[in-house]
Amino acid sequence: MISLAGRDIMHAWGKFVFTGVGLGLLIGVTLSMAGIYRGMVDDAKVLLDNSRADLWVVQKDTLGPYAEPSSLYEDTWRSIRGMQGVATVANVTYLTMQVRKEARDVRAMIVGIAPGKATTPGWPPYLVAGRQITRSHYEAVADIATGFNLGDHLTIRRNHYKVVGLTRRMVSSGGDPMVFIPLKDAQEAQFLKDNDAIWQSRRRTEANPAFNRPGSPGLLDAVITSQSSNPYVNAALVRIETGYSAEDVAESIRRWKRLTVYTRSQMEQILVGKLIATSAKQIGMFLVILSIVSAAIVAFIIYTLTLGKIREIAVLKLIGTRNRTIAAMIVQQAIALGVIGFVVGKITATLFMAPIFPKYVLLEPLDSVRGFAIVILICVLSSAIAIRAALKVDPAEAIGG
Amino acid sequence: MKKLGLQSRTLAMLVVIIPLLALFIYVGLRSGPLAPVAVTVVSVESQPVTPALFGIGTVEARYTYKIGPTIAGRVKHLEVQVGELVKAGQVLGEMDPVDLDDRVRSQESAFRRAQAALRESIARQAYAKSQAHRYEKLFAVRSTSEETVTTKRQELQIAEAALSAAREDVARAQSDREGLVVQRNNLRLIAPADGVVAVRDADPGTTVVAGQAVVELIDPKSLWINVRFDQINASGLAEGLSAHITLRSRSDQVLQGKVFRVEPIADAVTEELLAKVVFDAVPQHLPPVGELAEVTVDLSPLPAAPVIPNAAIQREGGNVGVWQILDGDLRFSPVKLGASDLDGHVQIREGLKDGDKVVSYSEKALTLHSRIHVVDIIPGVSP
Repeated sequence: MISLAGRDIMHAWGKFVFTGVGLGLLIGVTLSMAGIYRGMVDDAKVLLDNSRADLWVVQKDTLGPYAEPSSLYEDTWRSIRGMQGVATVANVTYLTMQVRKEARDVRAMIVGIAPGKATTPGWPPYLVAGRQITRSHYEAVADIATGFNLGDHLTIRRNHYKVVGLTRRMVSSGGDPMVFIPLKDAQEAQFLKDNDAIWQSRRRTEANPAFNRPGSPGLLDAVITSQSSNPYVNAALVRIETGYSAEDVAESIRRWKRLTVYTRSQMEQILVGKLIATSAKQIGMFLVILSIVSAAIVAFIIYTLTLGKIREIAVLKLIGTRNRTIAAMIVQQAIALGVIGFVVGKITATLFMAPIFPKYVLLEPLDSVRGFAIVILICVLSSAIAIRAALKVDPAEAIGG
Repeated sequence: MKKLGLQSRTLAMLVVIIPLLALFIYVGLRSGPLAPVAVTVVSVESQPVTPALFGIGTVEARYTYKIGPTIAGRVKHLEVQVGELVKAGQVLGEMDPVDLDDRVRSQESAFRRAQAALRESIARQAYAKSQAHRYEKLFAVRSTSEETVTTKRQELQIAEAALSAAREDVARAQSDREGLVVQRNNLRLIAPADGVVAVRDADPGTTVVAGQAVVELIDPKSLWINVRFDQINASGLAEGLSAHITLRSRSDQVLQGKVFRVEPIADAVTEELLAKVVFDAVPQHLPPVGELAEVTVDLSPLPAAPVIPNAAIQREGGNVGVWQILDGDLRFSPVKLGASDLDGHVQIREGLKDGDKVVSYSEKALTLHSRIHVVDIIPGVSP
């Protein structure tokens, strides 16, 4: 038995394939949009994964350190270390800023990591080149998305940092690549004012007669020194010992240290539910609009294709072809179009859109399967209008004008 | 003819469809979460490791002399400027003596007056002595009364007492004068040692309180670096170790030095150990005090042991270990880490042997179920 749909496609296959490719580009954009949404959620998750912490200890009553500013005294970790069930504590600071390299600058999140070994919470969990930081100052590990290379010298505030390692997929919740530097440098970077501001602040202090007394010559120096130190960090990352429940340890820190503590799931809720909620909704909205537009276009294409061969359908009817056969032909063509569209869409989304898109695009296989089902469903549904038009056609048209 | 047309059309169709499908399958399997993770592999090799410590510090002078008056006063003149070399004993400046010179002159006169009084007392005593002597003789031949002799004896005693009082007066006047002269000299600001003028805090005419520095001298030979090391990374820091010093203003130049002393008191607030590092030879062109310096201290080299790059160290559950490749499969091997150097080499005490293959870099975090794909260089990294 010959396939009517196959014969018809073969008849004008170039047109058919091109229509499929065009549809594919549209599906590709839709898939990418879904990928962008998944990427945003994934950005938030890798941020938590990469810090490798079980608990986040932050300033009391804040949603820090990612969603709100938070500051703790840098020695708070000592008292947390003594709590039962705590295996490791490490201070960490986060600061989003422009990192300069010669004339170029890159928006990056500066992460200050506590001194220790590569397994300390907050350190980049894996590298793609170079090595982890070994010196306690002026070394950096950068995400490859910053465009920096090994051996580059970065300028953060007034210090120069040598890039000793590269990592991948270390991003802030906003998708900015991370640059890891030693904690003490990061604290300084967070606080350090430009030199003019420092001079001005010194002059102000000098002009204050309370601090600049002739009778006590050392007082002014002491006051100025006390003004230029930053004994704060943004959060303490806690890893708990095996056998303890995160919630129990969190509760005891909350109760006895009077600090706010988040567990992994709470942190995820904050990031996904609060921090990226608006932008996620925005992307979701686009996704819905794109899907509706795609569906409309698919319906329109199939309708036009069918109308284009309405005379042939009339002839088929004239020679006594059953309605079912004609309907099957149209549905098969629609599905074939959908399949070509999906294949092209998937390829363009993966090979062309994801790599060049400035933000991370995560194309999940399950999303693709779902996308495929939806595309086929839309094709089948939209062929209904075309079928109705085809069945309504009068066989007499085949011979008539 | 028609059949051939159809066939060529089918062929053309296949030419388009088959690569498209192939690309689709490739895309589905080779990208996204299903794709194998690109990793690079290194083999564990035994090699010696030279651990080193890295700290930063500031240039400081071991000996700083703050020179100022011991009493409140006004600076009269100050000869030296910042940067000048001075010798021990050199007069750097002077405080305003106000009335001290006049008082020295007055004391001079008092001294001379006391000397004159002394001469008078000597004369009186000599006269009283001769008188007493004469009357003693007269009394011996009974040509004068006993009363007169007694009077003369008493006069002699009084004259002697007056003489010793006059002597003491002279001594007092002299000491007073000398005391004033010393005080006068004390107003001079004198360099206690050879050095360089580092600070000139007051200019002539300025009133300063007692003990306030007018000039600060530093001994350029005694420059050292007050270095701070993170406590967590400072094991092995000891006196006498050799050190490489890089000054912030001369980052292309490495100066040699050694650890002079490890401070017995660590900084509890910053969680750092403090040490003093001295230059083997103080640079010709003196680094300014307060300049930042990076110091690398070499520890003694350790014997060869299996070494891995620090990028390979991972944590899985509660264990520290590495991803080892055994027969093409990924396995997490817990290890015990030993010493490490600043270039990122870490010695393994337990858990790996020479020739073992471990994952050094990976495209993403690995798990036991990760499919891996060994490459020379992770995609995206410029060689």
